Amino acid sequence: MSLLKLDNVSFGYSSTKTVLDGVSLDIQPGDSIGLVGESGSGKSTLLRLLLGLTRPNSGSISFKGAALDPRNAAFMRAYRRQVQVVFQDPYSSLDPRQTVLSIVAEPLRSLKIAGDHRQMVIDALVSVGLEPDILTRYPHEFSGGQRQRIAIARAIVAGPELLLADEAVSALDLSTRIRIVELLKQLSAKMTLVFVSHDIGVVAALCEKIVILEQGRIVEAGATRPILTNPQHPYTQRLLSSVPRMPA
Amino acid sequence: MTTVDQIAPPKRRRFVSLTLWVGLALVTLHIITGLLTLVWTPYDPAGMTGGRLEAPSLLHWAGTDRLGRDFLTQIMIGSRIALIVGTGAVAIGAVIGVTLGLLAAFASKLLDDALAATLDILIAFPTLLIAMLVVAAADTANLGSAIFALGIALSAIVARLTRILTKRVLLMDYITAARTSGTSWLGVVFRHILPNIWPTLSVSFALQFGLAVIAEASLSYLGLGAPPPNASWGRLLQEAQGTVYTAPIGAIAPGLALVSLVIGINLLADGLRDTIDPTRRAR
Repeated sequence: MSLLKLDNVSFGYSSTKTVLDGVSLDIQPGDSIGLVGESGSGKSTLLRLLLGLTRPNSGSISFKGAALDPRNAAFMRAYRRQVQVVFQDPYSSLDPRQTVLSIVAEPLRSLKIAGDHRQMVIDALVSVGLEPDILTRYPHEFSGGQRQRIAIARAIVAGPELLLADEAVSALDLSTRIRIVELLKQLSAKMTLVFVSHDIGVVAALCEKIVILEQGRIVEAGATRPILTNPQHPYTQRLLSSVPRMPA
Repeated sequence: MTTVDQIAPPKRRRFVSLTLWVGLALVTLHIITGLLTLVWTPYDPAGMTGGRLEAPSLLHWAGTDRLGRDFLTQIMIGSRIALIVGTGAVAIGAVIGVTLGLLAAFASKLLDDALAATLDILIAFPTLLIAMLVVAAADTANLGSAIFALGIALSAIVARLTRILTKRVLLMDYITAARTSGTSWLGVVFRHILPNIWPTLSVSFALQFGLAVIAEASLSYLGLGAPPPNASWGRLLQEAQGTVYTAPIGAIAPGLALVSLVIGINLLADGLRDTIDPTRRAR
């Protein structure tokens, strides 16, 4: 059974401007999928739909066969536990007035997950390569990479099946980006990953499958390697040709 | 897994804010004075215990007023009235203003626009004018109506600021993260929005407190505030205006008391914001 399935989903902020047009996607458990497209291609809108923050104008989204309905509180509580997200900007995604313990424990607290929350937070921090003695510290005391690790710890602390990452490394410097990509790769071995990015190189390093979005439509989708080595759609070819290369 | 990003040890240093201590000293002085008047005053506030317009002496440290009442006693009672008015007005303004501001920030665009326009119109009128209108509508001038009037007038300013601050916080990814973590909107308000807008709001409340104290003094000066025998600083100033050249202490003392309380509250708010805010504390 599909973990998450989009069937002919369309969305527009107004009747004249369509952001997503007939998007169908089938995410299987264990997949690592990269959603690639330029700015304005509808990647972030698609992610908001997957998070249940917005409802599609037409089409349907289902999670393990059940319709994703943001108005169904009981369903959404179970859904939130299974689907978590990491955002692009590590400086805006952590509440500056909360300690690391409070930030990472938020899903446990809000979703009323039983257990020793403090120990679960420590386990999550260690699993993303952070020391457990940072619980009482505030976000401004950390670098961008460390903040993104805290954000990832928050996303995985409740043990989700699906991790959504919205341009999760694009705000980081190169060396930090590589380390966070390595971390996400390790996590993708344990859970399903949907990685939204405009950086085709990062997606190539991280994802087994790739979906190319152009102006709200999927133009090419499949296994990453064949698509990147032999792109069929002109837009994919254009995207690949625009990747900067070191001079010979 | 090893720790890949080196984390600098936390910088723990004692945070001392001079503004906090100066503000705290001034406000504490007024609070102690105000509380003291509940149980003790140098003289009976209504008693004519000296000659008319006596200069400061060992018997009457701030002299006497034109009826021969001890002026220090009047100033001390004025502290109590100013604190009651400031606290009451800011509390009413905060409750109404913060609630309205939050509702506007969460409302649909149409309702938000309507609320924002209403607030802008209300703010266009001076606080004192709105307070005078409310007191006039209440038919009787007393301390309660003055506090209520000032609270209503201040609530528009607080609501507008709360709306703007909340809208800014709502754009942050940590709000979306909280929602996707299963936090309810009420939880988002109490756990994320209010703590993040509080430092700015607290400074605004301090400014509003000062504004309320000054406005109450103005209302009393115009005869619309605390009626006699309540020794409001505004009424003391009004009574002293005819004798400002012969007995200047009558105008200087309530003026100084008013200024010291307003400055004290502002310094205290600044200092508290610096102390409470973890991001400022580290600078």
